[in-house]
Amino acid sequence: MKRFDYVRPATIDEAVSAAAVPGAAYLAAGTNLLDLMKGGVTQPKRLVDITHLPGLDRVEDLPDGGVRIGALVRNADLAHDRNFARRFPAVAEALLSGASAQLRNAATVGGNLLQRTRCVYFYDAASACNKRSPGSGCDARGGDTRLHAILGWSESCIATHPSDFCVALAALDALVEVEGKAGWREIPLETFHRLPGDTPERESVLEPGEMIVAVRLPAAAARFAAHARYLKVRDRTSYAFAIVAAAAALRIDTGVIADARLALGGVAMKPWRAREAERVLMGARAEKAQFRRAAEAALAEAKPAGDNAFKIELARRVVARALMLAAAGTPERMPALPASPFLAISGVLTHA
Amino acid sequence: MGFSITLTINGVTRTIALDDPRVTLLDLLRERLDLTGTKKGCDRGQCGACTVFVDGRRINSCLALAISHDGADVLTIEGLAQGGGLHPVQEAFIAHDGLQCGFCTPGQIMSAIGLIQEGQAGADPERVRESMSGNLCRCGAYQGITEAVLAAQRTLDPASRKEVA
Repeated sequence: MKRFDYVRPATIDEAVSAAAVPGAAYLAAGTNLLDLMKGGVTQPKRLVDITHLPGLDRVEDLPDGGVRIGALVRNADLAHDRNFARRFPAVAEALLSGASAQLRNAATVGGNLLQRTRCVYFYDAASACNKRSPGSGCDARGGDTRLHAILGWSESCIATHPSDFCVALAALDALVEVEGKAGWREIPLETFHRLPGDTPERESVLEPGEMIVAVRLPAAAARFAAHARYLKVRDRTSYAFAIVAAAAALRIDTGVIADARLALGGVAMKPWRAREAERVLMGARAEKAQFRRAAEAALAEAKPAGDNAFKIELARRVVARALMLAAAGTPERMPALPASPFLAISGVLTHA
Repeated sequence: MGFSITLTINGVTRTIALDDPRVTLLDLLRERLDLTGTKKGCDRGQCGACTVFVDGRRINSCLALAISHDGADVLTIEGLAQGGGLHPVQEAFIAHDGLQCGFCTPGQIMSAIGLIQEGQAGADPERVRESMSGNLCRCGAYQGITEAVLAAQRTLDPASRKEVA
């Protein structure tokens, strides 16, 4: 690990000033950042430790029925907050399907949004990577592309965003509150992460020095609580990143879909909101054939970035299954294996 | 540039001088405070051998900067046994063969105590396995580990579970 200056600001204003210098990075729990620094993938010159800032570790119900989650709320605390999990069960399930219990105890909400891709070529300092070293090329192209993108990728980068949490947030119209030199602003989570294009090194719309202070979910997001699920296919049952994942949320009125939210994970460099699929679902009957139609719509633009064409059909099936799980109803208790496909859907022949 | 931090480790508060902000909590414990019970496996948050309690919750000490945890209360495997008697979770790991080579065991035990304290798994072995997935055991003692966790949980009555650590 390269040497760095360590700064511990007492206020958000001090933090923003300290992070304005080139080469500075914010430190929250560090569960991803320290890993990257140990591997020499990122080499910040200055760490601005925000973990001692007051007031950023609260989950607050808002007067309008929404909820505001401080940037330093730990993943585990949010997922196990009963009031939150009852109202936003797909978000809690997504959180609990990610990482391990120890990591969830440390990792923060803000850090989750800003975690880096797990593309192995990004992590391997000996590989060419346009994201790590702009202009150096992309060794993932023609390499092992099992975990790589099928949507929104470019010639310069085919990596995926690794977050589960963000997928559920994108489906439910979350907003990101940030503070920076120019003051406070909010950004829809759906547009917070950038697709790679020609500048894969830029992963979000944050300006240099801007800091996430909170994530908000609108009151409308809680209206899906009875039919909201997260489904994640991975190489092992627990403690693995998604190959493909989906967050599905429905409002069903006498068998007809009154409203639908859908987002995919593991398919692109951002959580992929599937609005076309949502349009297909609106007014349709909550049944398998319609879910399959929605899945076709969600993946209509997909193309393999390498030897990963299997992910397109896998993604269609994950979408259809997530919708089926959502339609069957949010379980009363968090499943023993959150978001796992190894779970029977009550009353439905899973593989029929 | 030097830094000074205060940590309470296994009940003892100490002031520690750090000459370098890069020191992880794991390296501080092992290399500077001679508390080598906490193990360094992968050093990248993947294996769980370095699991300790910080402010009452289990975390990976390899991915924690010591300097950032100024003021924290740390519990390591060395702080479990009281008055010559092993902690009930340590007893359970022995009784149920929850180990073979023993390298991952301190992390497994700290993680198991965290699991019991968090109170999410109940008597469901599937939930225990899920909640222990951040601790790898290359000897493959998982069956015994799961049995040990379930047995220890039965031993500790609900009122004392919050205080097991």
